[in-house]
Amino acid sequence: MRYAETGFNLEIDLSRGSIERVETDPKLTELHFGGLGTNAKVLWDRVPPETEPFSPDNLLIFSTGLLGGTPAPGANRTIVSSFSPQTQLMAYSMMGGFFAPELKYAGYDKVIIRGHSPSLVYLWINNDRVEIRDAGYLQGKGALETTELIRQELKEPKAQVAAIGLAGEHKVYFASIEHMMRSASRLGLGAIMGGKGLKAIAVRGTKDLNIARPAEFIELCNEILKYIEWRREKPIKGVPPILATLGSPQEIAVKDENWHTTSFSWGNARQRRPDFWNEETEKKWAEIQDKSVERLISCYNCPMRCGGIIRHPELERYMMKCYSKLTYIMAAFADDLAFGFRIVGRAQEYGVDGFTTPQVMAFAVELYEAGILTDQDMPGFPSNKEERFFWLLEKIVRREGIGDILANGVYWAARQIGRGAEAYDHNTTKKHEQMVIKLGMLNPLFYLMYGTGEKLNITQIEGQIPQAPLPEDVREEFVKDWIQVPHKYEKEFKEFILKWENRGEYAFPFYPPIDVICKLVEWQETMHYIDDFTGVCAGLSSFPIKPPYHINNYPRIISAATGLDIDEAELWKIAKRNRNLVRAINIRRGLKRKDERPPEDHWKKRFPEYEAKLQDEYYKFKGWNNEGVPTKETLNQLGLDYVSEDLEQRRIL
Amino acid sequence: MEKKKKKVKVIKIDVDKCNGCRACEVICSAFHSAPKYSGNNPARSRIRVHFDPLRNIYVPVLASHYTAAECAGRNTYIMDEKEHDECTFCGASCPSRELFKEPDSSLPLKCDMCEDDPPQEKPLCVQWCIDDALTYEEREEEVEEEVKLEELDIGLESLVDKYGLQKVVDTVARMSKKE
Repeated sequence: MRYAETGFNLEIDLSRGSIERVETDPKLTELHFGGLGTNAKVLWDRVPPETEPFSPDNLLIFSTGLLGGTPAPGANRTIVSSFSPQTQLMAYSMMGGFFAPELKYAGYDKVIIRGHSPSLVYLWINNDRVEIRDAGYLQGKGALETTELIRQELKEPKAQVAAIGLAGEHKVYFASIEHMMRSASRLGLGAIMGGKGLKAIAVRGTKDLNIARPAEFIELCNEILKYIEWRREKPIKGVPPILATLGSPQEIAVKDENWHTTSFSWGNARQRRPDFWNEETEKKWAEIQDKSVERLISCYNCPMRCGGIIRHPELERYMMKCYSKLTYIMAAFADDLAFGFRIVGRAQEYGVDGFTTPQVMAFAVELYEAGILTDQDMPGFPSNKEERFFWLLEKIVRREGIGDILANGVYWAARQIGRGAEAYDHNTTKKHEQMVIKLGMLNPLFYLMYGTGEKLNITQIEGQIPQAPLPEDVREEFVKDWIQVPHKYEKEFKEFILKWENRGEYAFPFYPPIDVICKLVEWQETMHYIDDFTGVCAGLSSFPIKPPYHINNYPRIISAATGLDIDEAELWKIAKRNRNLVRAINIRRGLKRKDERPPEDHWKKRFPEYEAKLQDEYYKFKGWNNEGVPTKETLNQLGLDYVSEDLEQRRIL
Repeated sequence: MEKKKKKVKVIKIDVDKCNGCRACEVICSAFHSAPKYSGNNPARSRIRVHFDPLRNIYVPVLASHYTAAECAGRNTYIMDEKEHDECTFCGASCPSRELFKEPDSSLPLKCDMCEDDPPQEKPLCVQWCIDDALTYEEREEEVEEEVKLEELDIGLESLVDKYGLQKVVDTVARMSKKE
């Protein structure tokens, strides 16, 4: 018997219309666990590096995590993987909600989709019965609307649906896959789904999921819940309210937006507004938020309430979570919170990434202001800031006029527009839009994360350590019960927290020592990798400070659930194996050291020599050569001999 | 008739606090699997969240009794301008729907307040609802002790009501001769 996982994948070929239920090799679970790990293995084995993202040979994988659907709180993430039309590299996005658990109960760990349907279809997975169904009547429909229509058609209100909107159908490079406010939104997975002619996947499952060592496992789950309750009473001291709690983050519950609105940049990642947040704004925004949010809601088996049901007079009810509340407002220089609630409702129906989309639109507004885009390119472009964003949104999701170019994201659009537009592409790394932060002093940890992170999104790499030095009077208390730190690095990490200052000898960029920097980066990134193969939400694990899941309890939780007896060392090793496999996939697709740079203006104060040394040392620490390619020795130690052989044959190694 | 003290177990449901996470379904089905916690499957849960985010309807419902027949009429409720579907508030395992039946055998499911040895402090769904949409109360009520009839007594009593005692006795006598 298989525990925690079902042991079966669904293989769908949309070109041939074939559906297969395939038993998976338990050995692969032992080597890679589930989720991202086995997704990467499938992509390495089955998608040759020359495959174009929109080719029928590209795969689109919807995966559960190894713990997904078990009673482990917050183990509900769907890990969607493919290749990105924007970066041409492995695309990497996850979503919470109810989809992955339902898929497990239907009897599958993954749905692997290849081919290309000649007409728009959706997939209906109802336990053992799986059908490819006509979606002609869903063409052009919004993501939530599609969800409702499918449930009505199937007479199955309990079906969980992941769907694309207009943007996915039109292959917008930052189109998302939407699932009731949660979305796999980064890197254009919605475009890949649209390219395959797949409008949605609906799933309903009523089967059992088994646990290897039940009593031990449930005890560990109870501990997680108790810790969450305890943390509610004990927010982290010395950090802004939005960073003090668990969750991903608590944007809909928390009203104090001082930190985001004053630390992050407005417009096209340009301007900080340190005076934006004042008493008057706080009062006005709190009123709007209270009026707009009807209920705080959670994902499957998680008490965190990171989302909300949003009611806006002009829109149907919808659900929102996280930071998109602010991204459009700040990119548009619109000071009104109601604008955020209004535009996100529309954007989610169209199915676009709430992170990249506002940046693309702010970039277009800048080009217009600079005269690079003119009224000829943008006939009828409004003068009002908010209306401009709605105008651009409509053009982009339909690829109409200038929208056809902007729909490729800032990097490609800048090059297609030319006329000096390239200079306005100042916030991308590896062709992908980055966090809108422009700061003074180089942060050596983030430098490495931005540069080397395969997930291309800093919030999917960092977490667990405060964003700035803690006030002196809370440091001792912070390290005292810091149970989340790996034992092997405990002394160094605690010393770092105790000594870290804003200025002087113990300040960035030359503190902490490079070897500690490497370890801090590796630890934080590794926790995200573990979440992505277990399917546990980062909001309870790798993202917040002092989370309930950590390197010291994960091995016991995974062991009790699966019966695979692993210790901390083995968990690091599996994470490292997956990390190197993802890297090898991208190296094979042409990723180079020169691509691994944060945006040039991310910090004012830069140190080219020191930065090069950081990169050298980090590569060495990871067991990669000076070009960032995992060495033969590293790969072979992880049992990835077939990878090193392939890289050698291609003369990459 | 004699008065007797009876312990009444109550799960209070605050629908305004429900976040729709369905942890109650997860832990209920895990607790009731055999061996305990060896599996989970919300379709087997004895509590289900009636869940319609687009209308902001979140109603946890506990499985109550089994009934062989569905209701003759149906009710809908309108509260806070929200119209709740028929059967939303009903916990019965009944022929009109799949709810509260084992998915493979269709046998009815019923909440047993997590009877356990040693007893649980609270039913598991309450323990796992840390947002307090579900809370637990025990209270003592004085009830008149009634003589409980066996199932057969109840059946025979209704037959006697209908046909008269003599006819029932005659029939039983005739049937026993045949055997």
